[in-house]
Amino acid sequence: MPQSDGPTAFSWNLLADFQQMWSYPFMVNAFRAGAVVAVVAGAVGWFMVLRRQTFAGHTLSMVAFPGAAFATLVGMSLSLGYFGFCVAAALAIAGLRRDGQPGGAGESAATGVVQAFLLACGYLFMALYKGLLEGPQALLFGSFLGITGDQVLILAAVAIAVLAVLAVMGRQLLFASVDPQVAAGRGVRVRLLSTLFLVLLGAATAEAAQITGALLVFALMVLPAATAQQLTARPGRSLLLSVAIGLAVTWLGLLAAFYWPYPLGFFVSTFAFAAFLAAHAARALAGVRARQGRPALLGGAA
Amino acid sequence: MTELAVSAWGQPFFHNAVLAGTFIALAAGLVGYFLVLRAQIFTGDALSHVAFTGAMAALAGGYDLRLGLFVGCVAAGLLLAGIGRSGRADDVVIGSAFAWILGLGSFFLTLYTTSRSGAMGGAGTTVLFGSIFGLSTGQTLVAVLVAVAISAVVLLIARPLLFATVDESVAAARGVPVRVLGFGFLALVGACAGEATQAVGSLLLLGLLAAPAGAAIRLTDRPFRALALSGGLAVAELWAGLAASALIPSLPPSFAIMAAATAVYGATFLIRPQRAPLGTASPAAG
Repeated sequence: MPQSDGPTAFSWNLLADFQQMWSYPFMVNAFRAGAVVAVVAGAVGWFMVLRRQTFAGHTLSMVAFPGAAFATLVGMSLSLGYFGFCVAAALAIAGLRRDGQPGGAGESAATGVVQAFLLACGYLFMALYKGLLEGPQALLFGSFLGITGDQVLILAAVAIAVLAVLAVMGRQLLFASVDPQVAAGRGVRVRLLSTLFLVLLGAATAEAAQITGALLVFALMVLPAATAQQLTARPGRSLLLSVAIGLAVTWLGLLAAFYWPYPLGFFVSTFAFAAFLAAHAARALAGVRARQGRPALLGGAA
Repeated sequence: MTELAVSAWGQPFFHNAVLAGTFIALAAGLVGYFLVLRAQIFTGDALSHVAFTGAMAALAGGYDLRLGLFVGCVAAGLLLAGIGRSGRADDVVIGSAFAWILGLGSFFLTLYTTSRSGAMGGAGTTVLFGSIFGLSTGQTLVAVLVAVAISAVVLLIARPLLFATVDESVAAARGVPVRVLGFGFLALVGACAGEATQAVGSLLLLGLLAAPAGAAIRLTDRPFRALALSGGLAVAELWAGLAASALIPSLPPSFAIMAAATAVYGATFLIRPQRAPLGTASPAAG
């Protein structure tokens, strides 16, 4: 027993702070889970931002909520609810998209309808459950308390699978994302890749939702990737940077949430957004200095 | 069951819900049509999150919830119009901004629930998922007036807005104030988001904006017919949802409305499966 009750105040001695936090097993689990989730979300999110599929990603993160609510209602494992619903929704979005290319009014209307309906389903499940759950807030805004060792194992296993698939198809996916037409001409199976990527996105979202809550997954998926793509134009480097930023933001968020009584999702999204703004400012500054700073990857249309 | 349903029809709260809901749905249907046409659904989505944060901030600060709703949504709409070039905002920027704004909303929610010691613990859920059956007579009146104003403005600017949407450069060359329209429209979307939050909640307002409009666009190619259809469908769906939740008390009204809207949208896929020519663009086949 390190302290009598509850966490003591934050001291600027980080070493002591981490020692104190990690004396609680649930915090160790939270940091492990946070690390796993941040790495997956950083990597998959990077491709999502590159492919401009933020709206689809957002819809998938919304789906995490009915997934968790349904799992609560029927009394099965939360992880199963998260992964089942997110992957199923990813397949549904892939099926609705007809010609395999993102964008378009029709698609975004469809995605929006699917999203709102699924959230409504989540609300229905919560209303039917009426149980001891203090409300949907923990599912929506995240909680780092009570993450078990088994959950961390499941998260890690799924993360390894997602990253392995991503590593195998990474090169082709990059090609197909940057220039789908040329990639298709070269024999890359753009449509298959697109579907596969949506499934990966679903899995990554389900992972992240368990930490940040369904509504704030987006902070962990989009912001590190967008920040990294602001800072460097080279794909490999910016992918790594995205993962690193995600990890830093999550751990800082956990640190802050341990010492202050506000939700984890708030801290994670705030830190990530601060990094995003800082990157924008840095780019603007560099742009002023060099008169014109263009990102080769996003700005250069083939 | 039936007794409860019969009694629900006669209750004042149900009358308020029908009255406010009708006009809110009409406004949402009209605004939603242009939102879908301009491919700005994502903006509507962002606004729905701002609605939550705005309402929670107002509650935490001790103000009327609706003040936060409207101020937050309209300001966010103008901001989004300002960020994006020529009034159309960029996906990643919107996504980033509202990810943080939602985080801020959860902060205000915690602030509110901890400072008011559980007096209104369900406030977060109310804002997120709406409570149309909880509207008072005064709130109904305000909601109706605002909704009527929004609908009137949309109809007033419908023609130039349509022109600017379909062909922006030609419209600009013809002297249509494209940029002002872009700003004005997003402010309107913001006001509409604030309205719709009272009916179905901030998380579900996207469905009220997107589903009737998406269905109308699938059903007809003629713009003004689609606009009217979108408004009509939205109102019909809301009525269907209210009736369903009055008949089955365990069904939350927000869910019933959303289910009706989704069913209609889904049905349009059966009626008219495909407008674009089949099989012309399948990149993998070549």
